[in-house]
Amino acid sequence: MNISPAKKPSTKFLPWEDPKQEPLVRFGNVTKRFGSFTAIDNVSLDIYEKEFFALLGPSGCGKTTMMRMLAGFETPSEGTISLGDDDIGSVPPYKRPVNMMFQSYALFPHMSVEANVAFGLKQDKWPKNLIKERVEEMLSLVQLEQFAKRKPHQLSGGQRQRVALARSLAKKPKLLLLDEPLGALDKKLREQTQFELMDIQEKLGMTFVIVTHDQEEAMTVASRIAVMDHGKIIQVATPEVIYEYPNCRYVADFIGDVNVIEGRLNSRTDSGIKLSWAEGQNDISISNNTERSADENACFAIRPEKVHVTHEEPLDADNRIQGEIHDIAYTGNLSTYYVKLSNGIIFKAQESNRRRLANREFTWEDKVWLSWRNTAGILLD
Amino acid sequence: MNGRFTWFNTTSLTVGFVFLYLPILLLVLFSFNESRLVTVWAGFSTKWYVELFKDKAFLDAALVTFRVALLSATVATILGTLAAVVMVRAGRFKGRTLFSGMIYAPLVMPEVITGLSLLLLFVAMGVSRGFWTITLAHITFSMCYAAVVVSSRLVTFDTSLEEAATDLGCTPFQAFLKVTLPIMAPAIISAWLLSFTLSLDDLVIASFTSGPGATTLPMKIYSQVRLGVTPKINALSTILIGIVTIGVLVASYLTRRSEARRKVDELLAES
Repeated sequence: MNISPAKKPSTKFLPWEDPKQEPLVRFGNVTKRFGSFTAIDNVSLDIYEKEFFALLGPSGCGKTTMMRMLAGFETPSEGTISLGDDDIGSVPPYKRPVNMMFQSYALFPHMSVEANVAFGLKQDKWPKNLIKERVEEMLSLVQLEQFAKRKPHQLSGGQRQRVALARSLAKKPKLLLLDEPLGALDKKLREQTQFELMDIQEKLGMTFVIVTHDQEEAMTVASRIAVMDHGKIIQVATPEVIYEYPNCRYVADFIGDVNVIEGRLNSRTDSGIKLSWAEGQNDISISNNTERSADENACFAIRPEKVHVTHEEPLDADNRIQGEIHDIAYTGNLSTYYVKLSNGIIFKAQESNRRRLANREFTWEDKVWLSWRNTAGILLD
Repeated sequence: MNGRFTWFNTTSLTVGFVFLYLPILLLVLFSFNESRLVTVWAGFSTKWYVELFKDKAFLDAALVTFRVALLSATVATILGTLAAVVMVRAGRFKGRTLFSGMIYAPLVMPEVITGLSLLLLFVAMGVSRGFWTITLAHITFSMCYAAVVVSSRLVTFDTSLEEAATDLGCTPFQAFLKVTLPIMAPAIISAWLLSFTLSLDDLVIASFTSGPGATTLPMKIYSQVRLGVTPKINALSTILIGIVTIGVLVASYLTRRSEARRKVDELLAES
């Protein structure tokens, strides 16, 4: 399998920042109830053409319901869903220019790979020669030409996944939905397939919506991510913004690892604002979120990899706290130090293991200094 | 697994098999008896088979039986499949428990009662009894078995297959025909075979619901035996056993072969 790296577009792809752009998909105040349970709670969302959009959240957050409403398997209880200029809220699945790749792949076991891919085209009464052409084109896209005559049970998991992809792409849908497409693959294959997906999406210039609970997958493939919880969308942004500027503790915690310190904002300085968080400890100075005013309760959040661990007190650092190493999690490439602060809080700091393990400078119960720049963390409510 | 053939295992196996198959073996053996007496061996002969095929009454009964079995199995499978689809797919509707209970009830209902109630119904309706009433009666009770067989397969059916079909442009009905039905085919075929066999060997219900001119093989055998057993009956039974045995062997060979092939395929695919 040769993976050509996804080419960087020459101009930045940011249609959501352009007010002249019309969204391809628009959820307008959509609510979906199952009996007394509200699965989707008054959600509005725009998805633009050629986006690779990820719906991310824990199980039961409503992401699958969003996708099933796009596919037509569920109809919204309230609100509208439009695709282009059409309201598709109550259009049945077989009349929508939308196709879906199922989590279980849902390949028809009684049909060959070829027949699976041709199924939708036959249903649309394409002429025979065009069907043949299109099937060949799709199979070469997913590099399965030599497996055309096989039945699904004669394929490996990764091959089945690619057949499912080819089948859902065959009808050239305006929108392709991917329901946890890589969930059944092992880690190596999953990572490789993520790049293939991005490559195919770019090559075909189609709009993809992916549902996943795997934050790394969403970060890798998506142009934008919607983080969901309890039927609501908490934040929609690019992966970088979601990671660096989460808008609440839930998002910060769901995507990646985070240290959270609760405290009270006090003095304002030219370079930012200070948070007092424990008796006898230096205030934390923060230069982001400068719009916050003093005398407010706030949370300071910082990612572990942005925190340095040193034996000597780093006198030039913007922020420094002393603590004791409580635990070390060694994962090969990284070591995560769980440092206990004087007030009992466990603070995580991550260092990449550039040196061999035998040369590691820190060990259990060492007194260490944690330090970070005042731009490294952010304030949350 | 040590000592698979200890004396204890060997003995219990022998006793079990003798218990099961001695009567059948004797029956088959005496169908080839020269003598008219079914208890005394007088040399090998196939004359009872020849006589059997000369006996028009037996041939007629066989014809009725097979026609009833074919027709009732087919109708029962269709109705049973529809009932199974409703029971498995419709979710929780009002009266679902009652409905599924009523589908299963005839499975445990004594045959005599089923037969009697059908007889009373036919009498009350003034229907003249014969081929059609037997067929109707057989549809009634074998439909439940068909529903059970089909629904047990349907509960493990991945509904996303149907969704995939509708997603690719099928109406729900087309999805059922093109995807659900072909995948369900093995279960539907075994439901049909079960209904066919049930109809083939039913005596009680057929006796209640038949009329003049429509006698099934089990009824014929039963009435003949009351007048005394002749080796002709043995010959007929041997043929029936033969048919059933061949059917079972073929079915199990086919499923085993496809299962084995599938396993090989899966191994090859993963490697």
